[in-house]
Amino acid sequence: MSTLLEVSGVSVTFDGFRAINNLSISIGQAELRAVIGPNGAGKTTFMDIITGKTKPDQGRVIWGPRSLSLLDMSESQIARQGIGRKFQKPTVFEAQTVRENLAMALKNPRGPFDVLFYRKSRASAARIDEIAAEIGLTDDLPRRAGELSHGQKQWLEIGMLLAQDPQLLLVDEPAAGMTPAEREHTTALLVRAAETRAVVVVEHDMDFVRRLNCKVTVLHEGSVLAEGSLDHVTKNQDVIDVYLGR
Amino acid sequence: MTRSFIARNPSVLWFLLALSVFTVLVTLLSEVTGVGLVSTSFVKTLGKTLCLCLIAIAMDVVWGYCGILSLGHFAFFGLGGYAIGMWLMYARTELIVLDSLAKAPLPPTEQEVVDAIAGQIFGVVGSAEFPLLWAFAHSLTLQLLMVVLVPGLLALVFGWLAFRSRVTGVYLSILTQAMTLALSLYLFQNDSGLRGNNGLSGLQNLPGLDAVPQSVISIAFFWASAIALGLGYVLFAWVVSGKMGSVIRAIRDNEARVRFLGYHVESYKLFVFTLTAIVAAIAGALYYPQAGIINPAEIAPIASIYLAVWVAIGGRGRLYGAVIGAAFVSLLSSWFTGGSAPAVNLGFYTINWTDWWLVLLGLSFVAVTLFFPKGIGGLFDLIVLKPVADRQGDYGPDKGAWRKEEGEP
Repeated sequence: MSTLLEVSGVSVTFDGFRAINNLSISIGQAELRAVIGPNGAGKTTFMDIITGKTKPDQGRVIWGPRSLSLLDMSESQIARQGIGRKFQKPTVFEAQTVRENLAMALKNPRGPFDVLFYRKSRASAARIDEIAAEIGLTDDLPRRAGELSHGQKQWLEIGMLLAQDPQLLLVDEPAAGMTPAEREHTTALLVRAAETRAVVVVEHDMDFVRRLNCKVTVLHEGSVLAEGSLDHVTKNQDVIDVYLGR
Repeated sequence: MTRSFIARNPSVLWFLLALSVFTVLVTLLSEVTGVGLVSTSFVKTLGKTLCLCLIAIAMDVVWGYCGILSLGHFAFFGLGGYAIGMWLMYARTELIVLDSLAKAPLPPTEQEVVDAIAGQIFGVVGSAEFPLLWAFAHSLTLQLLMVVLVPGLLALVFGWLAFRSRVTGVYLSILTQAMTLALSLYLFQNDSGLRGNNGLSGLQNLPGLDAVPQSVISIAFFWASAIALGLGYVLFAWVVSGKMGSVIRAIRDNEARVRFLGYHVESYKLFVFTLTAIVAAIAGALYYPQAGIINPAEIAPIASIYLAVWVAIGGRGRLYGAVIGAAFVSLLSSWFTGGSAPAVNLGFYTINWTDWWLVLLGLSFVAVTLFFPKGIGGLFDLIVLKPVADRQGDYGPDKGAWRKEEGEP
C-alpha cells in the first residue's frame, strides 16, 4: 500500500507547552485509521497541522504521489489538494439551506470568478441528491441547516466532506451526540468511504473504534505511544497505564 | 431547476418598479418637465439621495453580506467625486480662460492657456502650476476612467494587504477608518494638489452648458442617478444571489470553515471589497456634480460611520433595506439639520433639532441595534408570508427517531 500522507518528526510548542512532540504517522491510499488518546494528547493539533491551521516548529508533512510539502500551503490550498476535515462540533452554515451547504462543498473550481459565473448543472444537482440520500437528508434539502437536529448537522457535515470528494478525510469525533443507531449508520458510511480513500477518525469512544475495525494509533503527550490493531494496542502496558487503565 | 434571475429574486422586480415610479413621479412634479411642485434644489437633494442609496447597497454587500465592517467606503465615494470634479473644474476654467484670452492681441500659446488655467484653479492655495495628479484632467474619458481606477486600485492594494494579514472584525474596521482619516488629512493639505480644504467647487456648472438651466441639469442627473442605482441594484442582487452569495455569506458566518472547504477566503473578500469600492466611487462621481462642491471634510471617517448607521437602521443583509435606510435617514437628517423641523418647547428648555438631531439619530441607532436587529427592512417580513418549515419527512434519520406519522400535527 503506497503512502498518501506522511507526517515525520513534527513538533509544535504553544507558549512553552509541547502539544506535539516528534510525531510521525503515515497514512496509506485507502486506509481507515483511528486515532485515540486521552485529552490533551494532541489529536486535534495533529489535524490542525495537516490542514494547515497550525504551522509546526519542525518536521515534515508530505502529501500524495508527487510528495508535496503541505507546510508551504494555505488552508484552502490544502483543502483543494484533497484533504477534507470534519470538526468536533458540527460546523455547517446554519443560515443557509442544506442544499446550499452541499453545493458549496461540491467539488468545483474554487476561484471567485468561477463561482461568480457558476451555473447550476444537472450533474451537480444529481450529485447533491445522491449525497443527500446517502446522509438521509433528502427531504431536508430546502430547509435551513440551523433547523436540523444535532445528529443531522453531523451528517450534513459528513455529506459536505463527501461532496468535496477528498482523498483524505479527517474526521474529529463523528459519533459525538449521536444515538446508537445513528452511530451504526455513521460507522457504515465511514467504512464505505475508506474503500476508495483514506479516512482518519479521531475518537474517544472505544466501542465506536472497535466497530470501525481498523488500525489504531494511540497518541500520548504529542507522540505515538502504540500502533496496531485495537486488540494489540489495548494489550500494550503503556497504553493501559496512560489511557485505558484510568 | 434553472429559473430566471428575476423569478428567484422577486424583490429586484419590485425595487425596479418602485424606483421607476418614483423617478417618473419626480420628473412630472419638477419645474421644467412637470407641474413645478418640486423645486430644483429638492430634485438635486433627491438625486443625491439616490447616490447615497447606491453607496448604501455597496456597504450592505460588503458588511451585511460579507461581514466586513468597512468604515472607509466614503473615501472611495469621495475619490470618485474628486476624479470627476477635476475634469469639471479644468474644462470649465479652460473655457473661461480661452474666452478672456481671445481678447488679447496675440492668440495664446497652448502653454499660456494651461498656465492661466492653473493660475485660476490653484491661485487659492498660492500655486500656479498643475501638480502631476492633474495630468489627465483635460480629458473627460481619462478622468472617467480615473473614477473607477483610482478607488479600485486603492481598495485592491489596501484590501490585499489587510486581508492577506488576516485582519478581521473590529481591527479591520479600525484599519479602514485609519485609511480614511489619513486620506482626508492628506487632502486637507494645500500642497496635496487638490486645493486643500477649499476642495473643488462650482461642479454644478457643466462646461459648455452654461445656457442650460440648472433645473434641466438637475433632472438629467436625477435620471442618471436613478439609472445607476437600478443597475447597481441588479448587479449586487446578481452577485449575492447564486453561489457567490452563498460563499460570501458563509465567509461572514464562519470564514475558517470556508477555508477548509477549499475557498481562498482572502480573494473573495478582496473581490467584494474592490467591487463595492468601485460602485461607491461611481455613486460619488454622480453625487458631487449635484452637490456642487467637494472638500476633504466629505471623506472624514464620520461620513463612513453614518453609512454604517444607515445600513444598520435600514436592515443589513437585504439590499432594499440599505436603500430604505439611506433614503430615510439622510432625508430625515437634512430635514432636521436644515432647520425645517419645528423646535419643541418644553417650557424650561427648547429642543432645537439642529443641535439634538445627532442625539436622536444615535438613540435610534442604539434602539434599532438592540430591539430591531433586522432594521426597517425587517418590516417586509411581516407583510411577505414566509413559507413555514414544512415537515414532510421523518423527525430524524435514526430508526429510533419519530416517524412522520408520529409527529405532532
